[in-house]
Amino acid sequence: MTALENFARNIGGWIATAIIAASLSCPAAALPIERVVSGSGIEAWLVRDPSVAFVTLNFSFRGGTSQDPADKTGVANMVARLLTEGAGDFVAQTFHERLQAKAVELYFSADRDRIGGSLRTLIENRSEAVELLRLALAAPRFDGADLERVRAETRAILRHESVDPDAIASARWWETAFDGHPYGRPLRGTFASVSLITKDDLIAYVRNVLARDTLKIGIAGNIDPAGASELIDRAFDALPAKAQLSRLTTASPQTLGQHIAIDVNVDQSVVLFGGKGIARNDPDFMAALIVNQILGADSPSSRLFKEVRVKRGLAYSVRSTLMPLEQSACLLILTATRREHVGQTTEIVEAEIRQLEADGPTERELTEAKSILNGSFMFRLDTSLEIADQLVQTQFEERGIDYIDGYSARLSGVSMADVKRVAKRLLGGPLLVTVVGRSKDMVPTNPR
Amino acid sequence: MTNRASLFLVLVVILAAYAGRLQAAPSPEVSNFALGNGLEVVVIPDRRSSIATHMIWYKAGSADEPAGKSGLAHLLEHLLFRSSDDSPAGGFSSVVTMLGGDENAFTSNDYTAYFQRIGRDHLETVMTLEARRMSSLALTDNDVRVERDIIMEEYNMRVATSPTARLAEQINAQLYRDHPYGTPVIGWPREISTLDREDVLAFYRRFYVPNNAVLVIVGDVTPEEIRTLAEKTYGKVKPSTQLELRIRQRGPQTSEPGKLVLADSRAQPSLRRSYPVPSYAVAPAGVAEALDVLAHILGGGSASRLYRALVAEAPLAAWASGAYESAALGTSRFDLQASIEPGVTFAEIDSVFDRVVADIVREGVTAEELERVKARLIANVAYAQDSQELRARSYGVALTTGATIADIRSWPRRIQAVTSEAVRDAARIWLNNGSSVTGYLTNEVSIISEKQE
Repeated sequence: MTALENFARNIGGWIATAIIAASLSCPAAALPIERVVSGSGIEAWLVRDPSVAFVTLNFSFRGGTSQDPADKTGVANMVARLLTEGAGDFVAQTFHERLQAKAVELYFSADRDRIGGSLRTLIENRSEAVELLRLALAAPRFDGADLERVRAETRAILRHESVDPDAIASARWWETAFDGHPYGRPLRGTFASVSLITKDDLIAYVRNVLARDTLKIGIAGNIDPAGASELIDRAFDALPAKAQLSRLTTASPQTLGQHIAIDVNVDQSVVLFGGKGIARNDPDFMAALIVNQILGADSPSSRLFKEVRVKRGLAYSVRSTLMPLEQSACLLILTATRREHVGQTTEIVEAEIRQLEADGPTERELTEAKSILNGSFMFRLDTSLEIADQLVQTQFEERGIDYIDGYSARLSGVSMADVKRVAKRLLGGPLLVTVVGRSKDMVPTNPR
Repeated sequence: MTNRASLFLVLVVILAAYAGRLQAAPSPEVSNFALGNGLEVVVIPDRRSSIATHMIWYKAGSADEPAGKSGLAHLLEHLLFRSSDDSPAGGFSSVVTMLGGDENAFTSNDYTAYFQRIGRDHLETVMTLEARRMSSLALTDNDVRVERDIIMEEYNMRVATSPTARLAEQINAQLYRDHPYGTPVIGWPREISTLDREDVLAFYRRFYVPNNAVLVIVGDVTPEEIRTLAEKTYGKVKPSTQLELRIRQRGPQTSEPGKLVLADSRAQPSLRRSYPVPSYAVAPAGVAEALDVLAHILGGGSASRLYRALVAEAPLAAWASGAYESAALGTSRFDLQASIEPGVTFAEIDSVFDRVVADIVREGVTAEELERVKARLIANVAYAQDSQELRARSYGVALTTGATIADIRSWPRRIQAVTSEAVRDAARIWLNNGSSVTGYLTNEVSIISEKQE
C-alpha cells in the first residue's frame, strides 16, 4: 500500500466517524433575498450578484394546463409556445431576430398548475429585453401562419409521444389515476383537441390567466432594487389586475392497485408505479422527502438504486419522485428494463417499498439522506436561473422570505420517529402500475 | 419551471450539449500550472459561493480504445464508481454524499471526466480520494459483469429504443469509416458484451496517469492553496513513462455523397446530413470560427435560415437545425437536420438544404445576420459565468481536445473578426455534398392514425 493510499484510508475512516457522530457537516443554504415592491405595487424577490454581467427574471402565473377548456386541451401549451412568436409590431421573424441580436433568452412553458417564463439578458441590453417581454405578455400577435406552424409542431410532438414508451406509460398513468379531473388530461392536448384550437381560445386563455394577482417573480443577477422595480413595472404593469380562473377540486389518484399492461413492440419495457404522495403544505412533507430520498431518489445510495441497479444490473435508471401538486400529491417510481426482467424488477421495487414501510431506515441512511437533500437544495441555488426559479417556487408555495434559509434547520429537525411514521403513511397504500412493452411476465389484473 | 432533468452517474456525451466549447468566461484571474509529475492544473476563482467544483479530465475517450473493444472507456468510467475497495466510509461516492456533495462523470470520443460539487473546505478530501482512484483500482469479475448488464440497459434506453439515436449511430459509422469517431462512445453491443476485467485494467493503466490528466477547480480558492493541496494528493501519483501521442488519422476522404435509410415503424420521419469539417484543433486559422458563425446562421434557432426555409415560410418540417461539433482532436462534423411533415418527401428537404447552402455560397451572409449571430455567440461567454460546472467543462473540453488557455481567452476576439467572406468560403469549401453522408429516417408502415383517439 502506498503512502497515498494509507492517507486516503485514514481520511475515509475519519470522515465516516465524524459524520456518523455529528449530524450535518455541510453548510446551510443562505440566500440574501430582498423584497422589491414596484411603484405600481408589483412584488418580486431579488438576489443580487454584482459579479456577473447579466440578470435573470423568472415568473409564473397560477393556472397552467389545468385551465385548458375541457374540450380544447393543449391551449396553455400553445399559448406558451406562441408568446415568443411575434408581439406588438414585430412579426415572429422580427421578434426572434431582435432577441438574438441582443442575446436575450426568453422562454415560456406550462405545467399542470402554472404557466410562466424566464428572461435572461446582459445588463446593457435589459431595456430592449424587458420591452420584448412586455410585448410578449401584453400584445401577443397569434398570427394565423404562426398558429398553424405551432399547431404542426405540436402534432409532431404528439406523434412522437404516441409511440414513445415513457410517454405512453406516463399518459396512461395520469389519465387513469385522474380520470375526470383536469390533472388527467394530456398536457399538450390530443390530435383532435389541437385541431380545434383557435386564436380566440388563445386570447381568452391569456386574458383569464396572465394577471397580476397570481403573478410571482424571482430575479437574480446584477441589478439593484431600483433597477429591478423598474423592470417589473415595465414588464407586468399592463396586465389585468385579477385572473379569472376556473376552480379546481382537490383530487386523489384513483384506481390504485391495478396493473395495466400496454403492448408495444420495444426492446426495453418501461414500468411506472404511482400512488398517493404528501402535499407540500403538509407538516409531514419534509419527512416524506427523506423517505423518498432513501427509497429511490436520484442518488447511488438509495435502496432502489442499490437493489435494482448496483446489485443486479437490472436497469440503468430507477428513481422515485415526490410530485406535490396544488390540488393533489403523488409518489411516482419509474424504471426501464428488458422484458424478461420486468417481473423480477417489479417484485424488487414492491418488496423494497414494503420493507421501508415496515421497518423504516437505518440511522446511517437517515443521516445520509439529510445530507444529500441539504446538498442538493444548495446545488439548486447554483446559478441565477436556478435561484430565480427557486424564488418563484417559494412564493408560489406561499412560504415566507426566510423559508430558503430555514431549509437546513427544518431538515435536521426531522426525527427517526417522524420518518418511520411517514414511511408507513407514504408507502402503505396501493399503487397503480403501467407497463409498456412486450411484457409476458406482467399479467394485467384489470386489462383495458 | 421544472427541475433540471439529470441522469445520474453517467452522462455519455456523444453530441455537444452546447455548441462552441471555447465559450468559457476568459477571466484574467484564471491560472494554470503543472505539477512535477505532469498533471496540468487550472484554477478558476469564483467568489460567489462556498461550493467548489472539482473535475479531473483524462485525455482518453472512446477514440483511444483498441480495435474490437468498443465501449471500454465508458465501461471504465462506470466501474470507477464501483466501490469494491474496503474504504471504511463505504467508497468515494458515499464520502462525497456524506459531506453534502454530489458527483457525476461523462465519456466522449476524446476524453473522460469525473467531477464533484462540494463545500470548498472539503476539496482536500475529494482530491485525496480522486488521486487514490488514479493510482489504484480494485475490480472483481463480477463488478465487470454486472456493470456490463447496466450498460446494456443504458444502450437500450438511449439507442435501441430511439430511432433518431440509431440513425445518428449509422451516419457516424459511414462518415467515419475506418476512423475511431465512427464507433459509438457507448460501444457496439456485441463488443461491449465481450469486455473483461483485463481489458478494463489495461486501458486504465495506460491512460489514467497524472501526465495524461487535467485538473480543473472552480471556487473561492487561490492558486497557491490548490497547488499545495494538489502536490500533497495528486503530486504523489507516479507518471507514466510510456505515454504515446494521441493521433487521430485524417478525416474521411470520399467523393461520393453517402446515403442511408433507416426504417422503423416507431420513427418520426426526419433526415440528417453530416459533413466532415475541421475542428478547432485541426482547422487553419479562422476556419473553425467561421464554421461556428455559419452553423448559427444556418441553424441556430427560430431566426435561422433553415428554420425560415423549412418551417416558417413553407410547411415542410416541424423543426430544423444546424450544428457544428467544434471541439475534437481530429476531424469533426457539421450537421443539418430537419423533421419531415406528413406528405413531404426526403427529396424536397434535401433540395432545400442544397438551396440554403448555395445561397450563402453565392451571396455570402448579410451584415445584419452576421452581427446578430456574433452578438449571441459572444454573449455566451458572459452567460457561462453563471455556472461553475459549465465553466469547468469549457476548460476541460478545450484542454483535452488540443486547445490552450490562450485560445479560450482570444475566442471572442476571433469570433468578432469573422467576415461575410469567411462564412461564404467556409460554406463553399466544407459544406460539400461530395463528402457528406445523409441519413433518412422513415416509418414505412405507418402505425399512427391522427384519428386514433
